[in-house]
Amino acid sequence: MTKHSPAASAYTASELLAVMAARLLKDGQIVFAGVGIPLLAATLAQRSHTPHLTILFEGGTIGPFIVPGELPPSTNEQRCTRRSNMVLPITDVLLLLQRGYVDVGFMGGAQIDRFGNLNSSFIGDADNPRIRLPGTGGGNDISSLTDMIVAMKHEKRRFVADVDFITSPGWMKGKASRAERGLPQGGMWRVVTDLAVMGFDEDTREMKVLALNQGVTREQVQENTGFKLLFDAHVETAEPPRADELAVLRELDPERLYTA
Amino acid sequence: MSVDTEVKPYQQLRRETMERDRGLREKVMSLEEAAKLVRDGDHVGIGGCTMSRTPTAMIWALIRARRKDLVVSRSITSSEGDLLFASGVSKHIITSWFTQGIVWGVSKVMRHHTEKKLARFEEWSHMSMGLRYRAGAMGIPFMPSRSMIGSDVGKRVGDSLKTMTCPFTGEEVVLLPALNPDVALIHVQRCDAYGNAQLDGLQFMDIDMAMAANKVILTTERIVSNDQIRRTPDQTRIPFFTVDAVVEAPMGCAPHECYGLYEPFFGHLDEYAEITAKDPVKGPQQYLEEYYYGPKSWPDYLAKLGMDAVLDACRRGRSVHND
Repeated sequence: MTKHSPAASAYTASELLAVMAARLLKDGQIVFAGVGIPLLAATLAQRSHTPHLTILFEGGTIGPFIVPGELPPSTNEQRCTRRSNMVLPITDVLLLLQRGYVDVGFMGGAQIDRFGNLNSSFIGDADNPRIRLPGTGGGNDISSLTDMIVAMKHEKRRFVADVDFITSPGWMKGKASRAERGLPQGGMWRVVTDLAVMGFDEDTREMKVLALNQGVTREQVQENTGFKLLFDAHVETAEPPRADELAVLRELDPERLYTA
Repeated sequence: MSVDTEVKPYQQLRRETMERDRGLREKVMSLEEAAKLVRDGDHVGIGGCTMSRTPTAMIWALIRARRKDLVVSRSITSSEGDLLFASGVSKHIITSWFTQGIVWGVSKVMRHHTEKKLARFEEWSHMSMGLRYRAGAMGIPFMPSRSMIGSDVGKRVGDSLKTMTCPFTGEEVVLLPALNPDVALIHVQRCDAYGNAQLDGLQFMDIDMAMAANKVILTTERIVSNDQIRRTPDQTRIPFFTVDAVVEAPMGCAPHECYGLYEPFFGHLDEYAEITAKDPVKGPQQYLEEYYYGPKSWPDYLAKLGMDAVLDACRRGRSVHND
């Protein structure tokens, strides 16, 4: 992990994740954000380099500003509505994805595979699961209908060749299989972890490392991944979290609810 | 598709609606009387979402009345789903996500019941749940949609999900079967004695659910006069003729939240998560004894939550009105 980096003790893995993820957002975008790191990262972006970012929450809010220290327990409580422009029924906010108003969907994941398919339903065989996970929520809708950013911890058990169950479709079996299976729009765009930032090969749609976090080697990323990663011809080293970014995060989450 | 949520033939849907007493009449009753409107085996739609506007008081009354074999549907299911399973009231929950909340980890009670095959968690995407209620509200048998295609979530619901080639464009779309619950349980901030209901804040899927259901039981923070409703008819979201029972249940979502009035009772929910994680069988039973079967009345239940907890939840809840 990041323990070898000189400044590693200064931030947690979750804080690193939130900062790296926030930097991928662009000003003016409409972002559909899930609870946890995505919510925090979108809020950080909104308070730093993307003041015109519009956050959508599944509970039905358009353009809220989360109050520091009052993080919601899901995207469906009143804390998600603070200073928003509008509240909609859940079905209608999700339909904005289908209609095409959303630039990027942003969520966490329990398990991901080399083509960016996500599993949040079953560990093991779905008929006899070792663990029944909470399920899709809006994950399947978001990943079926728009470009996706996923933020998750980089662990071998989470990065597997094939997920046990496709809850939220990425590039399915690679190449053009996603479109052929009836999903012509969207797809997995970036995977952000505490080790690296990854994208997907334009042709094969296999996961590809684009940038390493400071102090992280290629070998380390590969060792923590359950399949063979591609590496971009120009793998960059990401700038570590800056003090101003960490300050915003800590103001938002003083009790380390999402960033422990 | 399970028989209990099969798409209703249109003639039957219309006939059942015509048979309901849709006149302007007062329908105020107690939680216990309202519980009698729910029959064993009914499909019960639950309003609100996760920890928000959960009709806890009505669920509390159904658990105390020892209803059986309810098929429950909800957009997202939180701790109330644990208690419906653990009490034996339901063995089948149709929902998009099921666990108390992300900050408490995966529900051990949900895991125990589903992994041991004691009960079923039928998983649909969140938008699909919403469009199923909407189709039900529109009086049509299905809704075309573009998610759940290709994924294992779509595969796993089997024949309940169909695909077709769009007759206009030739694209493939999925068809989501309408949900018309036998009874919808919905909690609101205020309504009149006839059932004209006004909601503040997030609406979730409640309006479609009310329109889709064959019966609606409203619980409300307070009952207001019909004159007061008529002063702001633009705030009325559920019309009286869809409603069969009105029950005044102050703090009726506790320990969950009701927009603008109280937030979740976080301390209580931490304790709940702790005892159910420790033992997913005895934990919820102990909780049910203490908070569901034991109290004499709804106010007695609130007293068990504690005055400090109630006041703290109210202070935080009202903070949305601060500038």
